[in-house]
Amino acid sequence: MTQQLAPGIIADAPGSQWSKGTRSRSKRREALVALLFLTPWLIGLVLLTLGPMLYSLYLSFTDYDLLSAPTWVGLDNFVEMTTDPRFLASVGVTLIYVAVSVPLLLVVSMLVALLLNSKMKFLTGYRALFYLPSLIGASVAIAALWRQVFGDEGLLNAFLAFLGIEHGSWVGNPDTALGTIVVLTVWAFGSTMIIFLAGLRQVPGELYEAASVDGAGPLRRFFSITVPMLTPLIFFNALMGTINAFQAFTGAYVISGGTGGPVNSTLFYTLYLYQRGFAQLDMGYASAMAWLLVLVLAAFTALFFWSSRYWVFYGDK
Amino acid sequence: MATTSLPVPRRLFPARLVKNRLLTGIIRHTLLVCLLVVILYPLLWMVAASFRPNNEIFNGLGLFSGSFTLENYANGWAAGQQGFSRYFLNSTLVTVLSIVGNLISCSLTAYAFARLEFPFKRTLFAILLGTMLLPYHVTLVPQYVLFNELGWINTYLPLIVPRFLGTEAFFIFLMVQFIRTLPRELDESARLDGAGHFGIFARIIMPLALPAIGTTAMFTFIASWNDFLGPLLYLNRADLHTVPIALNTFLDSTGENAFGELFAMSTLSLAPIVGFFIVSQRLLIEGIATTGMK
Repeated sequence: MTQQLAPGIIADAPGSQWSKGTRSRSKRREALVALLFLTPWLIGLVLLTLGPMLYSLYLSFTDYDLLSAPTWVGLDNFVEMTTDPRFLASVGVTLIYVAVSVPLLLVVSMLVALLLNSKMKFLTGYRALFYLPSLIGASVAIAALWRQVFGDEGLLNAFLAFLGIEHGSWVGNPDTALGTIVVLTVWAFGSTMIIFLAGLRQVPGELYEAASVDGAGPLRRFFSITVPMLTPLIFFNALMGTINAFQAFTGAYVISGGTGGPVNSTLFYTLYLYQRGFAQLDMGYASAMAWLLVLVLAAFTALFFWSSRYWVFYGDK
Repeated sequence: MATTSLPVPRRLFPARLVKNRLLTGIIRHTLLVCLLVVILYPLLWMVAASFRPNNEIFNGLGLFSGSFTLENYANGWAAGQQGFSRYFLNSTLVTVLSIVGNLISCSLTAYAFARLEFPFKRTLFAILLGTMLLPYHVTLVPQYVLFNELGWINTYLPLIVPRFLGTEAFFIFLMVQFIRTLPRELDESARLDGAGHFGIFARIIMPLALPAIGTTAMFTFIASWNDFLGPLLYLNRADLHTVPIALNTFLDSTGENAFGELFAMSTLSLAPIVGFFIVSQRLLIEGIATTGMK
């Protein structure tokens, strides 16, 4: 969902419209009205977000199975992670998935956006059809379909047989199972593509004309104009894509039947967290995993923002 | 590439260039259509297969096999412990209440951030943005503990109540951004006519923010219709199951011989999303045409 987010997110809260001479009584009244408007959100923030965050931070240092009271175990959960083979497998799977699927997603989105970026016929139709998969890509129905398409007798193997190639199940093979989930992610590239497309339309045409006059070919124009002008959107899509990829769940759960198999090859971090927390009721361990994810994501985000100084180009807007 | 065409008379271009342009147009469309076929073929295949008898489903690549049957839909609809009419009803209930909850809580919050002055506004707005990037897993366990304490397991409350409390910061942010673009003069003139903040909110801002409301409703609809983890955690009784859970259960219990039914129910589960998308897509295009904005 956050994929839809347009750039320029880190805008400031809008400034005061009140002139300095406004009476403090009406200011206080307005603050009171604001409190009324904000009440539902504030309740949610405290009871469903901030409070639970603190509670899970506490739980991450305990042994807790929901039935008896949590017992303090210090850093035991975090220490256990370093030798837990399934945990380490889940970290590996997730990192590979992020490292492969996010760049692929960006490249495919960019290429299709470039193909669509002209005054062409049927543009709205194309845009709608390319966008459709990203609306349904996270559904159980599509994950179930994926299991069939990449199954033993699935669509892909039927196609390969047509070409005279024999191949077993892609979903059932530990070497290719993760790949099918990467394909599922890239298949739903539409929302990322729409953002690039919107950005491409704002690149001033004069830049290309000037470059053409100077003798720059299409490739040169792409790398010297299009890419720099789009870096804010590349930054944004890469960040959101990474955050989403770290949290992927439904595809892996449905395609592997909830196991993360074969041989842990689709054991996503979130899937393992779910198994530990809710199948084995190791809620302390699951909380520790959740907090580790928060810290890792925060570090990634910080790194992204830090690196953006060196490669993101915020024109003269 | 993306050169915007200047108002230069056509004949100034050499004939070869015009021909080239035609050629690249053809190549472009061919590429796009091929790509679309690859992307959408699995979907079409699923829909086509749902109308085939079970023994012909894995019959190679083709969409049509000659035999046509509605049997999969009839059998699928009755499948599962409760039948799919129950699951669709459950999903509809959760989805509708989620949309209502999100619209109310997000629009109220957004109005405050976009139009009102209050202490700690910047801090709270920063927190709002922060929660947008927060992985939901960090609240998963404690929320479960909380809802368990409240006795809300096997009710729809854990799926619905958070939406009434504005936990989806993204939509709040979206509405804030939209309301900020509305001219303040409208508020001022309504205030001069004696309207209070609730009046301005309900009579001026909300009607004007309809595009943002529509977007929020649409995306909440998709998110909660597709939601899998929430129902998986909180709904353990078959009579409470939503469509995604029912499909997953169906998938796990299906032998080699009921894929037609699975595909039929999968198709039905996607139909509302595709339908809403087609409708709102048209609205979107009309909106662009009438307001001239992109």
